[in-house]
Amino acid sequence: MDFEDTQDEAQFRSEVKDWLKANATPRSGDNRTGRAEQSEADLLAEAKVWQAKKADAKYAQITWPEEFGGRGGSPIQNVIYGQEEAKYDVPRGFFDIGLGMCIPTLMAYATKEQLGRYVQPALRGEEVWCQLFSEPAAGSDVAGLRTKAEKDGDDWVVNGQKVWTSGAHYSDYGILVVRTDPNVPKHKGLTMFFLSMKTPGIEVRPIKQISGGANFNEVFFNDVRIPDSQRLGKVGDGWKVALTTLMNERLAIGGGGAGPDYHEMMALARELELEDGPALRNALVRDKIADWYVRGKGLQYTRYRTLTALSKGQTPGPEASIGKVVTAPKAQDLASFAMDLQDMGGIMMDDDASPGSAAFQLSYMSAPGFRIAGGTDEILRNIIAERVLGLPQDVRVDKEVAFKDLPTGR
Amino acid sequence: MNFDFSDDQKFLKDQANKFLTEKCDLSRPRKVLENKEPHDSDLWKAIVEMGWTGTTIPEEYGGLGLGHLELCVIAEELGRAIAPVPFSSSVYLATEALLLAGSEEQKQTYLPKLASGESIGTFAVSEGAKPATVKSIETKFDGGAISGTKVPVPDGLSADFAVVLVRTGASASEQSFSLAIADLASTERSVIDTMDPSRQQAQIEFTNTDAALLGEQGAGWDLYRRVLDRAAILFAFEQVGGADACLEMAKAYALDRYAFGRQIGSYQAIKHKLADMYINNELARSNAYYGAWALSSDAPELPTAAAGARVSATQAYHYASKENIQTHGGMGFTWEADCHLYYRRAKMLGLALGGERAWKEKLITSLEQRNVA
Ligand SMILES: Cc1cc2nc3c(=O)[nH]c(=O)nc-3n(C[C@H](O)[C@H](O)[C@H](O)COP(=O)(O)OP(=O)(O)OC[C@H]3O[C@@H](n4cnc5c(N)ncnc54)[C@H](O)[C@@H]3O)c2cc1C
Repeated sequence: MDFEDTQDEAQFRSEVKDWLKANATPRSGDNRTGRAEQSEADLLAEAKVWQAKKADAKYAQITWPEEFGGRGGSPIQNVIYGQEEAKYDVPRGFFDIGLGMCIPTLMAYATKEQLGRYVQPALRGEEVWCQLFSEPAAGSDVAGLRTKAEKDGDDWVVNGQKVWTSGAHYSDYGILVVRTDPNVPKHKGLTMFFLSMKTPGIEVRPIKQISGGANFNEVFFNDVRIPDSQRLGKVGDGWKVALTTLMNERLAIGGGGAGPDYHEMMALARELELEDGPALRNALVRDKIADWYVRGKGLQYTRYRTLTALSKGQTPGPEASIGKVVTAPKAQDLASFAMDLQDMGGIMMDDDASPGSAAFQLSYMSAPGFRIAGGTDEILRNIIAERVLGLPQDVRVDKEVAFKDLPTGR
Repeated sequence: MNFDFSDDQKFLKDQANKFLTEKCDLSRPRKVLENKEPHDSDLWKAIVEMGWTGTTIPEEYGGLGLGHLELCVIAEELGRAIAPVPFSSSVYLATEALLLAGSEEQKQTYLPKLASGESIGTFAVSEGAKPATVKSIETKFDGGAISGTKVPVPDGLSADFAVVLVRTGASASEQSFSLAIADLASTERSVIDTMDPSRQQAQIEFTNTDAALLGEQGAGWDLYRRVLDRAAILFAFEQVGGADACLEMAKAYALDRYAFGRQIGSYQAIKHKLADMYINNELARSNAYYGAWALSSDAPELPTAAAGARVSATQAYHYASKENIQTHGGMGFTWEADCHLYYRRAKMLGLALGGERAWKEKLITSLEQRNVA
């Protein structure tokens, strides 16, 4: 047992370090990036420049095969890169859905020509992709979606509405799952496509989130024509294709990005004076930090176990599935408690007045979304219970019934 | 990165599992519990024959000379089986204390007997229903003899000797303490009632009992802490094994039992409970692995790793053992069902080296120290 890099890994790490040193700025001590003040358009432009640089150096998708601009690297190399990049102040987030979910779905189902056309621009950040799955009436139960597509000559004509589509407003392409047959049970009547977000008939309306931003959108489809050649998988196989995407989603989202952790909490508790001295001397505070510490570290070491399996060429065990359901509620509780310690002043969400540039307040406001996006806490527990522990599915009233005959609510 | 046990270690774990499945079904801890026996001596003999008592004892002292990783996998299986034997007292505590602080002569005296099972050791710290602190410990060592009362002492009636935390100075400071080693034959010992009689505990009266220092005089508190850290990691593996067994048991029942026309395992309240058990157990397992790494490599992170493993494992086993009863409904509350064997063992293991509160305190203290360093 050890955490040492192998010789190859150490070699790779030092290459990455050199490259980052030459191409990026290290994070400042107080973690201030100034990005909060930048407009989204500026951030995206900056992210595109950085993504192209990474692609040129073949760090953009390390595990992709070389023919797609990757380096056929190992998942460990990917992690090493991530660890090193985390020490730098670089723009993040715009390409995760495209590169983490959409393009891998294309790789599994698109033609050679299509891959030749779309993979490179996505990899270089020139074209951004979004995932058009959730609908007003279909989120957890995404197979209950209603947006329909009807065949008309060589085209399909799409009508309906998607919602919560992250980044739709700046995306160039999307993958879209629709109902092509309402007369069969819901999982059997779906088909997957990809399309340009500039296709006539698409209207994107940003939705304001509780965090104040507007990163997700409603997307309306009015007689949107998609050529049959942009179908991914067979007609009626959309659910199977969607599962490819969702499987990748869990890998993509399980990762990090959960805001302040026990470390930031310790730092705060060290600075902050309570009635009886520094908060870090307070028994309740220590008790809570210990709880978060063992859950956070437990998860980190669980990832190490997964990585070890990957590096030995084995399939990781099911423990890889516990990530988000641990991280997201923890982020929320931790942020809430940190604000509690700030007492009346915890109300403030001010870059200067609030500790850590208001990191806890920001996390408090984004955590609810983190607990929902990419599978809610409840759905993830269902998945662990059913797929890992082998417990029975809930009673299903929708399995054998034609989609059009299913009861609906709000 | 190589954060896993080796194939050999996994093989050893499988072997231990098969051995204990055969030799230690749940009727064994139940028998000790119901008959108030000191321990299951047949099982203990069989375990000694397997050589497990000498796992980490160097070959020159009659042991197998294996590492702590091997001991960790054995611990997990002993925990899964809730084995009613003095293994943790003799191996994780007494043996570790001797390896850590014993003089050459003490090692030669005790280690071969510990390895061969001829002798059982234990570790005597507690002096009643309160935490062991530099203020609360009164048992004295003076002129080569111990006087005072230790209670509860794990496996106190089975043990031939004990490593004892003793006061060698008057002040309420860590420097006032030492470890001493004493044969128990001449002490007065009585069984004490506990919530887990599948592992007997005793009250031991030392009255001018002959003893020798183990390690330097005044180094006792530090040694005590170090022995505890090492044992905590081995205990964590026992706890993880037990927590895993609870999850298996709850799962099996949830699949078998029907209510309202369907398996109770199809109700989300039960599913989510079991999913949470799984999550806690995996986190605890990973924290225990980290502890195993720190222990086997004697890393400076050991105190943090030990406290993290301890807290995580205590929480996981507590949750799994109580919710296993809940999953079984009224049946779970019967003496006849085995759920309570785990419920008792979970709490006993969670307290034996000091409770969750104390270990959380150690965890934060170690994090503070590392941050300063
Ligand atoms: C920040 C953010 C970004 C997102 N980005 C995208 C995106 O880019 N593309 C996209 O397609 N979607 C996206 N989503 C949508 C997301 O996938 C859904 O919101 C999510 O799957 C939940 O669906 P819902 O909102 O319809 O809630 P519902 O499914 O209506 O759930 C409501 C409540 O019921 C519970 N519930 C539902 N079914 C069950 C069940 N079987 N058992 C127990 N409880 C249940 C849920 O856990 C939840 O608490 C995003 C969401 C968020 C918050």
